[in-house]
Amino acid sequence: MSEGLRIVDLRLDVEATGNDIVDQVTISIAKGKVLALVGESGSGKTTVGLAVLGHTRRGVSINCGQVYCGDTEILSLTESDQRKARGHLVSYVPQDPSSSLNPALRIGLQLREVLEAHNFGSSDEARKSRIREMMEEVLLPTDDDYLRRYPHQLSGGQQQRVGLAMAFACRPSVIVLDEPTTGLDVSTQAHVLATIRQMTSKHGVAALYITHDLAVVADIADEVAVLYAGRVVEQGVVKDIFTNPAHPYTRHLVAAAPDISGKKEVVGLSGRAPSPGKRPVGCAFASRCELATPECQDSFPKEVAMSASHHVRCIKVGQVAPVLLASKGASNVRDQGSPVLEIKGVDAGYSGVTVVHDVSLTIRKGECLALVGESGSGKTTVSRAIGGLHREWTGTMVFNNVELQRIARQRSPENRRGIQYVFQNPYGSLNPRRTVGDSISRPLAIIGTDKSEASKAVLDVLEKVNLPGSYANKYPDQLSGGERQRVAIARALVSKPDVLVCDEVTSALDVLVQAAIVDLLSDLRKNLGLAMLFVTHNLPLVRSIADEVAVMSEGRIVEFGPAESVIGDPQQAYTKSLIMATPSIERSMR
Amino acid sequence: MPILKFIARRLGLGLLTIFAVSVLIFLVTQAFPSDPAQAILGRETTPEALDALRQELGLYRPAITQFSSWLFDIVRGDIGKSFVTQMPLSEYIAPRVGNSLFLMVVGAAFSIPISIAVGAFSALRRDKTFDKTTSTVSLVLAAVPEFVMGTGLILLLSTSVFHVLPAITLIDAGQAPWSDLSGIVLPVLTLVLAVTPYVSRTMRASMIEMLESDYVEMARLKGMSERTVLVRHALPNALGPVFQVIALNLAYLAGGTVIVERLFNFPGIGSALADSVRARDLPAIQFLTLMIAGVYVLMNLLADVATVIATPRLRTSLK
Repeated sequence: MSEGLRIVDLRLDVEATGNDIVDQVTISIAKGKVLALVGESGSGKTTVGLAVLGHTRRGVSINCGQVYCGDTEILSLTESDQRKARGHLVSYVPQDPSSSLNPALRIGLQLREVLEAHNFGSSDEARKSRIREMMEEVLLPTDDDYLRRYPHQLSGGQQQRVGLAMAFACRPSVIVLDEPTTGLDVSTQAHVLATIRQMTSKHGVAALYITHDLAVVADIADEVAVLYAGRVVEQGVVKDIFTNPAHPYTRHLVAAAPDISGKKEVVGLSGRAPSPGKRPVGCAFASRCELATPECQDSFPKEVAMSASHHVRCIKVGQVAPVLLASKGASNVRDQGSPVLEIKGVDAGYSGVTVVHDVSLTIRKGECLALVGESGSGKTTVSRAIGGLHREWTGTMVFNNVELQRIARQRSPENRRGIQYVFQNPYGSLNPRRTVGDSISRPLAIIGTDKSEASKAVLDVLEKVNLPGSYANKYPDQLSGGERQRVAIARALVSKPDVLVCDEVTSALDVLVQAAIVDLLSDLRKNLGLAMLFVTHNLPLVRSIADEVAVMSEGRIVEFGPAESVIGDPQQAYTKSLIMATPSIERSMR
Repeated sequence: MPILKFIARRLGLGLLTIFAVSVLIFLVTQAFPSDPAQAILGRETTPEALDALRQELGLYRPAITQFSSWLFDIVRGDIGKSFVTQMPLSEYIAPRVGNSLFLMVVGAAFSIPISIAVGAFSALRRDKTFDKTTSTVSLVLAAVPEFVMGTGLILLLSTSVFHVLPAITLIDAGQAPWSDLSGIVLPVLTLVLAVTPYVSRTMRASMIEMLESDYVEMARLKGMSERTVLVRHALPNALGPVFQVIALNLAYLAGGTVIVERLFNFPGIGSALADSVRARDLPAIQFLTLMIAGVYVLMNLLADVATVIATPRLRTSLK
């Protein structure tokens, strides 16, 4: 087995403070293999990925370590030799292709300049034919007209294929892929993943695949390295990691990941990973770990070999936290509640163009209805119309036996109170100049609740979303993403709604946080009898949270039914293709 | 050609803007307390003479008629006669327009390249000595009003410290401004110092944004030379927002330089405007103001067109 990429004892620091961002990272990847570097946001995975190319972002410096691409050690090369290696020996596929392609340059030029920079091909003709060859391999058109396009004239999937073509253009021996499918629809993602898999094995490229999505890992990777607070805590072949995770953190990650192949209650975990400068001497996970004992804080655990290919850094290897052992089987046996919101024959559009056709849905008390679909399917338009945020729609919506007006301002206070909306991005939906308490009590002020009563209500809802009452005085920037989303949910709950519209509420969150939010929403639904419209593109999650599912495609509901049967036994071709395209841990492990 | 359509549409809007400005100018000049006839004839005159002159100037006509005949004449190319000299205004204004244009071109020829270079280089050397120095100097220059700056330059280069340049421009309106180059050094220098900080600060901010962008990072990760990264990837994208600021400053150089022209006695439209106001020469005030407004509209139009041409996303979405 010949080595493609070997990272040895890599450490990168925050330049200003000397605190480590990542430390003791040692990873090796064989030619033609894919290693997934898994971690939550802030764990340092992109920092590692960029360091493989000898690149650091502003304010970050490489403290020590070696990166071997084949026989070449990258970090000790001169600046100009590193430049020659980048794109040639080792290349990079960025997370967001729409912002990583230069908007002012035609894609043909952006492809050609890599070849030119590395003197690849002896003539313009040779380079031209190489570009065509690459475009063919990533399944894009090869004609000159296509190459003369600008990035914005391509779809997201096409842009990412151009990114792949660029990365493979000079036949590198190592490639770093930084969440290349985040933001793509599942069917596009499936194509891109297939292309990556095929190209790496065909050309014998060692691939470092950075991601937070475990289902994608199961689908594409041969090996996995789990990064927590800048250190690799577990490393092994993909089967070991999913079927026999040894580190408590890995166990939690796996337990928190919803899966499309089976109904699974996802388990969340509170707290967050310590950031650079706040990391303890000992195991960084100890503060969140159910198994932690004082020894955990003494020193960073030594590597324990579970097998020749499976290593873990934990002194409690083999023990499993009780919370993960308790089998929480399918619990939501639901009794048909009375309908709270019925929408019939709703068409909606933008400036005269109808994008949603004849949508009818019924949401019952205590029930969670998931509205799923790919981007552009019209699901958000429907949810915004229900929330009274979208003006252009026709049809009827009946809420508690009262017909709803088109937009929120025209609706009665009672109707406005009864339907509350939680937005996708908790970073954008909370006013940074208001304290949490202010934001939450705002809806109460509008209906004229007096101050002392309002502050009592704030404490009450904060408790419902599992946040301490002291958070009322904090500002949003003092909170983590998960905490912000809890605040946003609390703000929706404070006016005691009947229907909660959740628009992709977990898609900006890490998987452990997502699981915790899903858990919270399920509890609220049970305890408060809330009806919930859960809008998402995340099919596996639907299985964990929803009672019923409506699948939308091109503005129409194409399939509707109980979550179990729609996802377990889809009837429509579109639903089937969606489910097939969704990567699954269980399916991959079989 | 969608771009021509776009230009035509913007031109139409520009004309509309100028029309709105013309209404405004007319209303404001109507509201002047002074009587043009009185202003022309001075204090020692008879009511009969005043009456005759008012008659002749058409001041007894309804305001709307006065306005439309004024505007119609301008559209026809007849900008009228000066109240004061009774000469056709065009003879008075034309050479001054040439002079101001010359000042603008020379000022722009220095300030734009300098400010783009300084801005881009500061962005590259962000937080290093060059950046800190130019930032401080820019802020100081931007804070000093140009008559103070001009006076300072006169003190420094013409009177108190060195005596290398004339303190005022000694050319006549009819004379070509390049016939006395030493005379325009100080006005140009003042204008350059007044304009450069704004453009260079915008350029710096824009360039920093581009240097932090994903595609510039990607270009580096592709192994592009630093030169290619800057010249091909960062600079063209950074220029877009700067066009707007350049346009505003060019317009300022063309028309708004009243104080600088006055200070150096430079016979351009700025000083012509100042003179007309002092002489209560209504037709001149009206026309000069309208012309300056026209320059602003034109410059903004050019900036918008340049931005669209330089931005493929905008260019390709034209219909």
